[in-house]
Amino acid sequence: MTEHGLKPHLTREHVLELLRQMLRVRRFEEKCAELYQREKIRGFLHLYIGEEAIAVGVMQALEIRDAIVATYREHGHALLRGVSADAIMAEMYGKLEGCSRGRGGSMHLFDAATRFYGGNAIVAGGLPLAVGLALAEKMMGRDGVVACFFGDGAVAEGEFHESLNLAELWKLPVLFICENNLYAMGTRLDRSEAQTDIHVKAAGYNVPAEVVDGMDVVAVEAAARRSVAAIRAGGGPALLECRTYRFRAHSMFDPQLYREKAEVEGWKTHDPIDRFMDWLRQTHNVHDADIAAIEQATAAEIEQAVAFAEAGQWEPEDMLTTEVYAEGAAP
Amino acid sequence: MSDVAQGAGLATTYRDAMREAIREALIADPRVFLMGEDVGAYGGCYAVSKGLLDEFGPERIRDTPLSESAFVGAGIGAALGGMHPIVEIMTVNFSLLALDQIINNAATIRHMSGGQFNVPIVIRMATGAGRQLAAQHSHSLEGWYAHIPGLKIVTPATIEDARFMLAAALADPNPVLIFEHVMLYNMKGTLAPDAGPVDISKAKIRRPGKDVTLITYGGTLFKTLDAAETLAKDGVDAEVIDLRVLRPLDTETILASVRKTRRAVIVDEGWRSGSLSAEISARIMEGAFWDLDAPVGRVCSAEVPIPYPHHLEEAALPQPATIVAAAKATLGS
Repeated sequence: MTEHGLKPHLTREHVLELLRQMLRVRRFEEKCAELYQREKIRGFLHLYIGEEAIAVGVMQALEIRDAIVATYREHGHALLRGVSADAIMAEMYGKLEGCSRGRGGSMHLFDAATRFYGGNAIVAGGLPLAVGLALAEKMMGRDGVVACFFGDGAVAEGEFHESLNLAELWKLPVLFICENNLYAMGTRLDRSEAQTDIHVKAAGYNVPAEVVDGMDVVAVEAAARRSVAAIRAGGGPALLECRTYRFRAHSMFDPQLYREKAEVEGWKTHDPIDRFMDWLRQTHNVHDADIAAIEQATAAEIEQAVAFAEAGQWEPEDMLTTEVYAEGAAP
Repeated sequence: MSDVAQGAGLATTYRDAMREAIREALIADPRVFLMGEDVGAYGGCYAVSKGLLDEFGPERIRDTPLSESAFVGAGIGAALGGMHPIVEIMTVNFSLLALDQIINNAATIRHMSGGQFNVPIVIRMATGAGRQLAAQHSHSLEGWYAHIPGLKIVTPATIEDARFMLAAALADPNPVLIFEHVMLYNMKGTLAPDAGPVDISKAKIRRPGKDVTLITYGGTLFKTLDAAETLAKDGVDAEVIDLRVLRPLDTETILASVRKTRRAVIVDEGWRSGSLSAEISARIMEGAFWDLDAPVGRVCSAEVPIPYPHHLEEAALPQPATIVAAAKATLGS
């Protein structure tokens, strides 16, 4: 494990928490895949399996006052941010008790209470929003940081370049986190980008950037803590390129014609959870019983979330057109 | 709204009225700021924001890079974060570079989040033809934006609306797009002494009449009023409706007028096919068909990219003479 420049305090308690959070996301999404097969969840479902170390690592550096902008692959981010598994699962079911009232589904998890500004289903569409949220932080004299997650596909969009430029020009507190899983849906990075070292692109906008092993939760946490500290100190935006791999298909409709099974299997030997568990066993006296306890609690949480979603209500059709417009004066 | 009447009774222009509206908003609410291309040092492409940088400083009058998607999206993000941004897009033509943000984010976030987040942003832009700026600088796409649930679309055509619609738009918790026709900026006029807050949910009858209803908005309002004067000389008493708000449409005002006059002509600088004029015509069919004495008429721009030469540009746009002819056609003359 990377311990270079490490700020995380790797107490037994903390490392078990990192493991617990990665397992929560993994098991939650495995359940989602199962529920998709059972047609409880419909629409698009994009799984984060294989990439969990990134969101878990970055979230360690964030505080309540900070804001999150995520993509359509955001179940884990919402869960880690503190949106309840119940509300997320109900949202996936399309139930009224969902965190977006069932109207958004898998790709549009929102939660005002935790400053979770969505799942955005347009690649790179969230980056300008993050810049604006950061502008509001600055203009309103608050000191929150906006964490903006996006994939490697987003860096091909103009909004990536426009947003980095604007954020640096105005020295705004945005942490851009590129979850580089090497594929923009089915297009491998080197088939779509002339420059495949994504962090290098940030230099064109004077944005400080780091590349980090996105399969190493401690390395991600350390890099995120460094970046967030620099941003909070008024240094303007920063970019983290986290190199990772998506173990599952892009969405549930993807037959994965564009990559070899051997490549997927090769990456699975770098599974961020397995790797971290092995390391914990060697270095932190973590035993099977510790892991079993985490698994048990996680299974209970997920079971409860499914029961909650099952018991949820469908929004009455006569509510269909409510909330298209807000009533009354602007707050 | 302490200084609502400030400037009332004074000679002014549409441009100056708009600037005064922005000034008033900046003074009234620290959450309000203006950003866009050349709004600061240049003073605004149409000089609307001239002098505001000196008065309010670069934090609140923000020149942006030529990144429509980023700065419109940043406006939406700032609105989510608690600010009340006024974003100026130099012209509607450039707003096409920000369509993703306007349509996929501003218009959807409230409904898609189950009502958790409002987007109280105001996006202003110049629209329309008439200055020989050719095909890429002469669009009238406000009717296109009016297709989108979640947006409000307003089109100030008078000095009074230029002066007071902004405050109403900022007070609205929803994304409001303000379309300012380029031919109106130099328009001179006087604010009535009693001018004050306006309602951006209602159309207005600018000229009462009994023989035919002429329905228009924005840059074609005064052409339509000219046409009504010509019609009056020929014994035709036209009622002129200024829609003012294109979404949500004030269908009641339209239908009430048409039920009275039994004839309607829609005047719209947008193109005819799949247009706002088509929508209004359909609503009249749905709501007042049995009251009509003639088919609904339309005067729209010719279905061509707007050409550069003056005579061809004028030929492409609705003109008083074509409006008069369309109105007379509904009377069988």
